[in-house]
Amino acid sequence: MVIFKIEKLNVRFGSVHALRDVSEEILEHEILTVIGPSNSGKSTLLRTLNRMNDLLPNLRITGTVELEGENIRRMDVEALRRRVGTVFALPLPLPLSIFDNVAYGPRMHGLRNKKKMAERVETALRQAYLWDEVKDRLHESAFKLSGGQQQRLCIARTLAVEPEVILFDEPCSGLDPISTAKVEDAMLKLKQRYTLVLVTNNVKQAARVGDRTAFFLNGELIEVDKTEKIFTVPRDNRTDDYIRGRFG
Amino acid sequence: MRKFREFIIEKLVLLCGIASIFFVVLIFLFLLKEGFAVFKTVHPFAFLGGKSWYPISEPPRLGILPLILGSILVTVGAAIISIPIGVGCAIYIAEIAPKKTKEILKAGIELLAAIPSVVLGFIGMVTIVPLAKMLFHLPTGLTALSGSIMLAFMAMPTIVSIAEDALYSVPKTYKEGALAMGATHWQAIWRVMLRAASSGILAAVMLGIGRVIGETMAVMMITGNAAVIPHSFFAPVRTLTATIAAEMGEAVIGSEHYFALFAIGIVLFVISFGINVTADLFLHKRQ
Repeated sequence: MVIFKIEKLNVRFGSVHALRDVSEEILEHEILTVIGPSNSGKSTLLRTLNRMNDLLPNLRITGTVELEGENIRRMDVEALRRRVGTVFALPLPLPLSIFDNVAYGPRMHGLRNKKKMAERVETALRQAYLWDEVKDRLHESAFKLSGGQQQRLCIARTLAVEPEVILFDEPCSGLDPISTAKVEDAMLKLKQRYTLVLVTNNVKQAARVGDRTAFFLNGELIEVDKTEKIFTVPRDNRTDDYIRGRFG
Repeated sequence: MRKFREFIIEKLVLLCGIASIFFVVLIFLFLLKEGFAVFKTVHPFAFLGGKSWYPISEPPRLGILPLILGSILVTVGAAIISIPIGVGCAIYIAEIAPKKTKEILKAGIELLAAIPSVVLGFIGMVTIVPLAKMLFHLPTGLTALSGSIMLAFMAMPTIVSIAEDALYSVPKTYKEGALAMGATHWQAIWRVMLRAASSGILAAVMLGIGRVIGETMAVMMITGNAAVIPHSFFAPVRTLTATIAAEMGEAVIGSEHYFALFAIGIVLFVISFGINVTADLFLHKRQ
């Protein structure tokens, strides 16, 4: 099933043409990894999907993005962001306890029942593969966790809102290899329930977790295909050069 | 030669540094020496807790409780008015206002800070005082309420500019994180921005209150200056500061009255110091 359908998407900030004529579909229960050098437009794509770009001045968007058949520009922006969650590059726990960090979203959306909240928090922490490490200290400050744990906490926080799609914006760029491996494990298991879009600067990470991989360069979608194909027989020379590290 | 110049400049700067501390210590010692003299005749508790202030009766009765309560009443009133408006204004400037409105508002706030307090007091005397008298059918409009309203105007610029600064320095990513979870703009402000900026906002409030407590001219002009224990916002009060300003000129140097005024100075100093230290603690907690 197609979750996101992107057609002829153009995004401009003032005079900067950040995305050029991008058309692409994102399928249910897949991990789509998006790779490309910096300024290639991959983060812009991600931020367009849940309209986080709306905050920026001088933004002009043409083309359409549909979430399950519905144009996202006509949707209520808060409702859209509930369905399409984001995990940012740097783990950003709020200055609260571990429990309250995860409970934050549901509480904001009006969940008051304590028992249901406890269940929701536990489910989210289990899905983010953090539960076993924190179950005995849920009421300690979130800042006491390690970097990798903090990032998984942020994933749990996003999951607690019960989204359909989760966008990962370079989620491991600030993490050590062991923490990175744990976050990747969590992502691989999450795709059974969610649809994941992963923007990464780490080409090897794309090869490890992506079902399909899209390569962006200067705002253009150069090619998108099954991850094995992109990494073994890419159609475009530029893709080949990038994944071999000839530029980047 | 160059080394010699370095040496001279270094020592000059050192001297400047020491000078400021030196003067503070001198002032402090003088205040203590003059103020503590009153406690030879009045017990400190009788001084702080005494209910009547008749400094020129015979023997003088030097209880400053009415003055302390007067100061507290006016300050609390001013805080109740200025904190919500000030913080609200800071939120508007930092988060909501379009660029142009922001500039205009900021300039307006700075202008408000630049109005001399005696001018504000004067304006209050001819506007708020008769208005309060008329609205609440009071025998006089010179009340704690009028003072609170006027002082709120004086606290506002401090509160707004520091609180706005605190909100501005909240990392942008916090707000984005909240929005990305589906928060509305207001939810992001209320649940994330304000919480993250809370220590800075508390500091802003403390500094605003510090300004109110120390304010003299305007309160003297519009609070009525009756040294009795106040029973409501609609009664005249007299503050610690106004007492010193009004009576220092006529107190005989070396008299109990004179020493008592210095002791009031110590009380004020302790209160302001306490407030500033608290504000400082909040500001440092933020960093």
